[in-house]
Amino acid sequence: MTYTTLSSAGSAAAPETERRASRDLMRRVRWKPAEIVFWLVAAASFFLLPDRHLLLSEIVILGLFALSLDLIIGYAGVVSLGHGAFFGLGAYAAGLTSIHLTGEPLTGLAIGGLAAGLLGLLTGPLLLLRASDLTRLMVTLGIAMLLLEAANRAAWLTGGADGLQGVMIDPLFGRFEFDLFGTTAYAYCLVVTFVTFLIARRVVSSPYGLSLRAIRDNPLRARSMGIPVGPRILGIYAFSALIAGLAGALLTQTTMFVSLDVLAFHRSADVLLVLVLGGVGYLYGGLVGALVFKLLQDWFSAITPEYWMFWMGLVLLVVVLIGRDRIDAAPRTLLRRIRGEGRA
Amino acid sequence: MQRRSLLLGAVLAASTALAGMPALAAGGEPFKVGLILPMTGAFASTGRQIEAAAKLYIAQHGDEVAGRKIELIVKDDAGVADTTKRVAQELIVRDKVGVIAGFGLTPLAMATAPLATRAKVPAVVMAAATSSITEASPYVVRTSYTTPQVTSKIAEWAAQQGIKRAITVVSDYGPGIDAEKTFVASFGAAGGEVPQTLRVPLQNPDFSPFLQKVVDAKPDAIFVFVPSGVGAQFMKQFVERGLDKSGVKLLADGGITDDDILNGMGDPALAAITGFHYSAAHDSDANRAFVEAFQKANAGMRPNFMAVGGYDGMHAIYAALEKTGGDSDGDKLIGAMKGLSWESPRGPVSLDPETRDIVQNVYLRRVERRDDQLWNVEFETFEAVKDPGKTGS
Amino acid sequence: MLRGTGDCMPGNAPMLTILIDGIAYGMLLFVMASGLAVTLGLMNFVNLAHGAFAMIGGYVTALAVNRLGVPFVLTLPLAFLVSALVGVLAERTLYARLYRRSHLDQVLFSIALVFMAVAAADWSLGSSQMLITLPGWLQGRFEVAGVDIGRYRAFLIVVCAALVVGLQLVLTRTAFGARLRAAVDDQRAARGLGINVGGIFAATFAVGSGLAGLGGALGIEIMGLDPTFPLKIMVYVLIVVTIGGTATLTGPFLAALIIGTADVAGKYYIPELGAFLIYLLMIALLILRPQGLIAPAR
Repeated sequence: MTYTTLSSAGSAAAPETERRASRDLMRRVRWKPAEIVFWLVAAASFFLLPDRHLLLSEIVILGLFALSLDLIIGYAGVVSLGHGAFFGLGAYAAGLTSIHLTGEPLTGLAIGGLAAGLLGLLTGPLLLLRASDLTRLMVTLGIAMLLLEAANRAAWLTGGADGLQGVMIDPLFGRFEFDLFGTTAYAYCLVVTFVTFLIARRVVSSPYGLSLRAIRDNPLRARSMGIPVGPRILGIYAFSALIAGLAGALLTQTTMFVSLDVLAFHRSADVLLVLVLGGVGYLYGGLVGALVFKLLQDWFSAITPEYWMFWMGLVLLVVVLIGRDRIDAAPRTLLRRIRGEGRA
Repeated sequence: MQRRSLLLGAVLAASTALAGMPALAAGGEPFKVGLILPMTGAFASTGRQIEAAAKLYIAQHGDEVAGRKIELIVKDDAGVADTTKRVAQELIVRDKVGVIAGFGLTPLAMATAPLATRAKVPAVVMAAATSSITEASPYVVRTSYTTPQVTSKIAEWAAQQGIKRAITVVSDYGPGIDAEKTFVASFGAAGGEVPQTLRVPLQNPDFSPFLQKVVDAKPDAIFVFVPSGVGAQFMKQFVERGLDKSGVKLLADGGITDDDILNGMGDPALAAITGFHYSAAHDSDANRAFVEAFQKANAGMRPNFMAVGGYDGMHAIYAALEKTGGDSDGDKLIGAMKGLSWESPRGPVSLDPETRDIVQNVYLRRVERRDDQLWNVEFETFEAVKDPGKTGS
Repeated sequence: MLRGTGDCMPGNAPMLTILIDGIAYGMLLFVMASGLAVTLGLMNFVNLAHGAFAMIGGYVTALAVNRLGVPFVLTLPLAFLVSALVGVLAERTLYARLYRRSHLDQVLFSIALVFMAVAAADWSLGSSQMLITLPGWLQGRFEVAGVDIGRYRAFLIVVCAALVVGLQLVLTRTAFGARLRAAVDDQRAARGLGINVGGIFAATFAVGSGLAGLGGALGIEIMGLDPTFPLKIMVYVLIVVTIGGTATLTGPFLAALIIGTADVAGKYYIPELGAFLIYLLMIALLILRPQGLIAPAR
């Protein structure tokens, strides 16, 4: 059991502590009932809400994108304002694949993810500067803006501001065509997100993931424990970039269009917003945040297409002021009050 | 803490089942027009103008055509192409609209064109200006303008005036580069020379280095294309540098003296000679009535070229529906729109039956002060200009 | 595609003109960014809504000039005061609750404020560009020793230089400045010495917001003004603050000058680089000096 590396860093821990520690850590790996409910409901939404598939696809894609950001912010402690770069690169890679190589969706998806992951590997070292959060934030932002400008310049390849024309995606598995109702698209996005989620979950519950958390909480101590901080951060950054690329590819494939907008600053800003809204550090934050944000946006936008931003801001403001802890505890407090228990 | 958040998430996910609105009743009697516009974000003023114009049209012409009630559904896409596409899809599939319209920018129209083809729903482009949009789908009709349409005539006029050397200054993005290419081609064909083509980054707060280059090069004229709004900054810095007094003529796409903000631009605007398809000062009864009604309904806001694109777009929809006798079949509507011609507030317009693009007059205008307000006053007209981007001139 | 070589008219010295343009632009950026540098350095609060205060100042000036006919120069102190007032109100009622929260919560909070500010400005003032006409004596150019200088640019340089000197004097020569610097260096110790850190926070935030407002007002002529201004300006301001470092005022000042002149000169001499230049420059500077141009003394 590699968990022992962490507990042997100090005194000769009593076997009881060790057992408790490993039991505690194992608890993270087991699926909680709420998680199962979450995914069941997600699957059910496919059947129960046939006319909202388009919006749901958008939510899932944003959720996957936010999930990727959670991996580095929530688990490795690296803040980024430039994650849109990977999203955009994945989007364009998938689009270009469909035009120049093949319209087969899974190929495009894989290429999108790999391209983004590669960029993550290449730019990752910049994050390892001994710098403050602010510096990292701006470096990542800078990279994203450079990529945007590059895409603008390379209009012969990317279609520039007008967008990439002629993106045609073949039916999934040769059978399921991407239809007007967005049904295939939603199923596709949902499955890809679920599978990616499973992999991400595995990663963060693994010893590797735990070491990341150690790095996040105290890099100096982590280093002194013998954890290779640099390579670990690079690894998770590349992985996170890959997932962001997958999300971007999904967007291109389900909308059959990609334009400079996928690299715009608001993509990075929105995904950060969504993730913080849902909560960092437990993998579901991105998905929950995307769900809440998009639903609210859709709802407000239908009521007032011009000023929905105001109400959106107000809701976010209230959420922040109340504080997530109190909001999270609300169902429990409510239940407790109903049951009349005094247990903390 | 995690558990609670998951529970919350699950509850929310389940609540979408309750929140999910049932699809509205199918086609039937009302004819729905889905207007997708950037109502928020950097291009919100476009959305504002078009929405106001569309509503004005409906208010003036009633909301019933050939026995069918017209319902206008306005949606915000914030200028993001995948939102436009998703909103358009939802409008077609859930709200069962008969026509989608709006499209504040080229990528928004390009993203939606394949959808129009697939669903066989006409898409009326009221704002976007790139030539190739109408070629992206046989269901796309345009009532705004195309950049080459206007730019080619500016270049022609410039050559006619004896201008020999002109430098182009455009924003470094699709429409800007289009304008630059068209100007260079047209001006060159008319015997002029373009020694430098300057491209200004889109996110550019300061024009001074580019204007300095113009000062250095001393051309007879410069041709400018920048997004409306930024134009004001450009004009100010142009005048600040004394370029208006130096004999360099400022020629531009009319977006630079956008009627929406022209009045606030002050004296620097007087330096511009623009070419465009619409001026709020256009000398016709139809236009005077339009401007008056628009200002009355919108707290004194002056209509601009976006508004007239929206107004005429609604007219095309109404006229087509009238022609088909209320039949909302996409093919029939498009067929009815082809070849339509009418008197718009901008002048006489028609929809080219082959390209489905707008054929209209292009005017050369000067900015003049009248009754203490600034107006684009037309002094020369090129009639019935087709989009050269297609007819290959 | 030929490039202008800048060596044409004698007595024109475009290089110096460009330099002055760049310095003016840089100074403008500094005025806007200084408030953020101080709040970030002092209160360790990530205030992405800083641009909203700049927008408020801009609109105050625009409305005062356009609708009330107030002379432009007189509206500047007004812009400062109104923004400062809004800043103090916001700080006492909202910001103060989030001082102990994580940076991410602060990000969410400030973005929420920006959303509301942008939509509110849109609703009350319309989404079009708001333009002003400068008084005659600020328009046009004049020549000094063969160098062409824009009047407004010269005005900007003078005003901003005065502000910089003033700020530096306040920081180094006044008791308030001393207390402020103490609080920046070590909050706990400062509190222990009996310094009213809370009051300093409020005052500094007010001044910072006021400066942002002033910057917004001065910037209308150069950068324009519309409801999306907070979003547009934030990236530049963040770049200045990050490169300059938050420990001093001199750092952001230098950073702003570098950015301003590099941006303007770059576009003149190497136009193909275009928008790349600023970001490449920023990344390069951050790699060289990750803690900022003038790093904290520790």
